[in-house]
Amino acid sequence: MRYAMAIDTKKCVGCSDCVVACQLENNVPIGYCRDWIVETTSGTYPNLELENRSERCHHCANAPCVRCCPTGASHIAEGGVVLVTPDECIGCGACIASCPYDARYPHPDGYVDKCTFCIHKVRKGEDPACVQVCPTNCLYFGDLDDPNSEVSRKIKERKYKRLKTEAGTDPQLYFLI
Amino acid sequence: MEEEIIISGRMNYKVDPGLHIWGWEIAFYLFVGGLAAGLLFFASYYYLQGKEKEFPAAIKWAPMLAPVMLALGLGALFLDLHHKLYFWRLYTNIRLTSPMSWGAWTLMVVTPLSILWSASWVREVFPNWDWKFKFLYDLEAFFIKYRKVMAWIMVFYSVILGIYTGILLSAFNARPLWNTSILGPLFLASGLSAGAAVIISFTKNELERKLFSKIDLVIIGIELFLVIHLFMGLMASTAVQIEAAELFLGGKYTLPFWIFVVFLGMIVPAILEFLELRGQKIPVIIPVALILMGNIMLRFIIVYAGQASRYLY
Repeated sequence: MRYAMAIDTKKCVGCSDCVVACQLENNVPIGYCRDWIVETTSGTYPNLELENRSERCHHCANAPCVRCCPTGASHIAEGGVVLVTPDECIGCGACIASCPYDARYPHPDGYVDKCTFCIHKVRKGEDPACVQVCPTNCLYFGDLDDPNSEVSRKIKERKYKRLKTEAGTDPQLYFLI
Repeated sequence: MEEEIIISGRMNYKVDPGLHIWGWEIAFYLFVGGLAAGLLFFASYYYLQGKEKEFPAAIKWAPMLAPVMLALGLGALFLDLHHKLYFWRLYTNIRLTSPMSWGAWTLMVVTPLSILWSASWVREVFPNWDWKFKFLYDLEAFFIKYRKVMAWIMVFYSVILGIYTGILLSAFNARPLWNTSILGPLFLASGLSAGAAVIISFTKNELERKLFSKIDLVIIGIELFLVIHLFMGLMASTAVQIEAAELFLGGKYTLPFWIFVVFLGMIVPAILEFLELRGQKIPVIIPVALILMGNIMLRFIIVYAGQASRYLY
């Protein structure tokens, strides 16, 4: 099992619904976020290109945060999902410094917090909150090991890119372009 | 001009707009950890050489500072933790891939050892010292008997402690400035140089001062070589590493680094020590203070600049 997410940058309008859904579902403290919208404009005027991306933890197959964690609080759970156990986390910040995507933050309660792919919902057979609410249906979550899953099919059909693969993390967010 | 503008909706505390997860606590700990490593290395090395009579400052006096330094450093590390009450989790796990786990266990060995080492010499350094209880005198006799064993363990662990302060940072591939294996040797050399400087300031013995001045000169030479190598390596690497090096070659850390770390912290004290060895009268406190200042600045600048260096989108 290999959970992954595909994000259709052609369909994303940058409405931030995924951000708010995550904050509500996971009780994210005010002022923090586990997922966020990035908007990039590139090119030379007047030939500009706009891209919207809904970003979150990349649940790397080679996760530097798990490697650097001194207590084992950061660990890889079923389907390759990277999780933090709050009761084992000492809040040293090593994982935050080790993440090239800056996807983690120190929770006001002390431990380090991040996207969980809504594993509590996934275990019940549901999609993550961000996927459920997306009004343009641009997020696809599923198992890459299953060739018939929606995410596997999207990656097969479409061109995609992954971010900062040069950092050696083998990220599992696929941005359809 | 071909450009890319990135707008991010994320504004997490201590992460955006620039990473600032580690502050003065880590930089301070890296300094005192390196200094303690230097002090303990010279103490155990020259003890194993049987130079107890010739180099009393290096073997008996200066290492008394090490437990104090390590205690202050551990205090700073504790302050840095966000989930403080769970700090003991460090000692219910051994994680071979995590430098911080290595460091925690190294400190677990080195800190008690430095206390025992100091305690075994304390009555020689302070002749009026009274242990008050008989069992403490018995313990002292026990540790004096096994000083050689302690010195052997310490000589290894002090080097691990000194290198680890650099490796802690170099393990983070997300921060291109830190992600270089030169940092371990550089921090070890800089810690040894600080240790030698403190020994110079403690000693009343001409032979000892001369020896440690020479040692310091050699180590500063190595440090300069490593600094040049650090930038050669970064400049010959990928775009993110080049950008990290540019923080020091025209960027905002240029002046503090080259003036306070390299010029005032290495070159000037090296010249002063050289002149002093040639017979000039130079108050020893000046090069010593400059070396310690350069040491602190090196740690602070690397810790802060490393967090400013990042991968591009």
